[in-house]
Amino acid sequence: MSIAMNAQDWVSLFLHFISLSLLAVGGAITTAPDIHRYLVDEQHWLTHYQFTSSVAIAQGAPGPNVMFIALMGWNVGMNAASGMTPEPTLAYAVMLALLGVVVTMAGIIIPSATLTFFSTQWAHKNRELRGVRAFKAGLAPLVMSLLIATGWLLTGDHDNYIRDWPMWLLAAVTTVIVWRTKTHLLLLLSIGALLGVLKII
Amino acid sequence: MTEPTLEAHEVRNAPSSNTDLFLSFNWLALQGFGGVLAVVQRELVEKKKWLTLEEFVEDWSVAQILPGPNVINLAIMIGGKHFGWRGALSALAGLLFVPTLLVLFIASAIAGVGDTQAMQGALRGMGAVSAGLIMATGIKMLPALKTNPMGFLTCCILAITTFLAVAILRLPLSWVLLTLGPLSSIWAWRCLSRNESV
Repeated sequence: MSIAMNAQDWVSLFLHFISLSLLAVGGAITTAPDIHRYLVDEQHWLTHYQFTSSVAIAQGAPGPNVMFIALMGWNVGMNAASGMTPEPTLAYAVMLALLGVVVTMAGIIIPSATLTFFSTQWAHKNRELRGVRAFKAGLAPLVMSLLIATGWLLTGDHDNYIRDWPMWLLAAVTTVIVWRTKTHLLLLLSIGALLGVLKII
Repeated sequence: MTEPTLEAHEVRNAPSSNTDLFLSFNWLALQGFGGVLAVVQRELVEKKKWLTLEEFVEDWSVAQILPGPNVINLAIMIGGKHFGWRGALSALAGLLFVPTLLVLFIASAIAGVGDTQAMQGALRGMGAVSAGLIMATGIKMLPALKTNPMGFLTCCILAITTFLAVAILRLPLSWVLLTLGPLSSIWAWRCLSRNESV
């Protein structure tokens, strides 16, 4: 895909991610639908395939889930490079792609990170206050539940049990192994990848 | 008979420096496929003992309710608690720097070989395992709920309601958090007030 991006477009890209940052309650992945709306449908800076593969690769690669945003920024930069005439050198294309990474990641992280830093410094100093303790205690069961819900949502659409049951079984077995044993997580992930390659799940 | 010291109940360590924070979070990030949370609990609570399970659940709840990527919020909180803004930046940099390079490298490599069936299968298998990792992290938080001021039963009811709303009804997370969160916190406040006035 080739697109043209001027300085103003880069600023718009940055501002969009800045505005999403404070909406990302429950994690960066909750902003994915809105990122799709903006980058794919509205601005046409990213293809749908680039969008979905960015999410999939970030899930399969080590690191925080928010890496999917870095990949999207990278792809926008690459698309911008291939839209230039004459075609830029590879080094220049990589520079533009890295600009995309920095712009999107800085946008999604800076506002929420600043808020988190100052509010938790305050909360830590006032951790004996009943309000702070009530806030934390009140949220604990919700958070536990959201983790289980995330696991549930990651194992597919839950609409085709004949296709998906081996995947659910693998997820359930993994849950018990991680809960009850100290098996290394990388070993479990490798087994999962192998079962997937062999088409067992 | 001597009083048991605090250390006898719970061994608690702390990061030794900003470099320690950077390297520890870097190591966490590199082990975390499909999210870092499961690894955070295992490394920081069970192995390094920088946090007790209760502190982890509390910090994680705050990291979850504040906007932004959760694990990044948690890194900022843990780094900031020990070494102020320098600690927060060290932990953040550790979490992001190498994983960013790695994910870009992987994406470029995949773009080279194309999207093969084997690759899709591997991603699917790893997805199922990471689902299990995340669920196990949630289940491991159950013991911490037993000491919750609202009581274990109320916590279970709240947890089941949240699950139904998010996973089955697929309601937007912000709605769920902004209605159940305040209700639950107010209830916890009442329970705390009652316990402390006795």
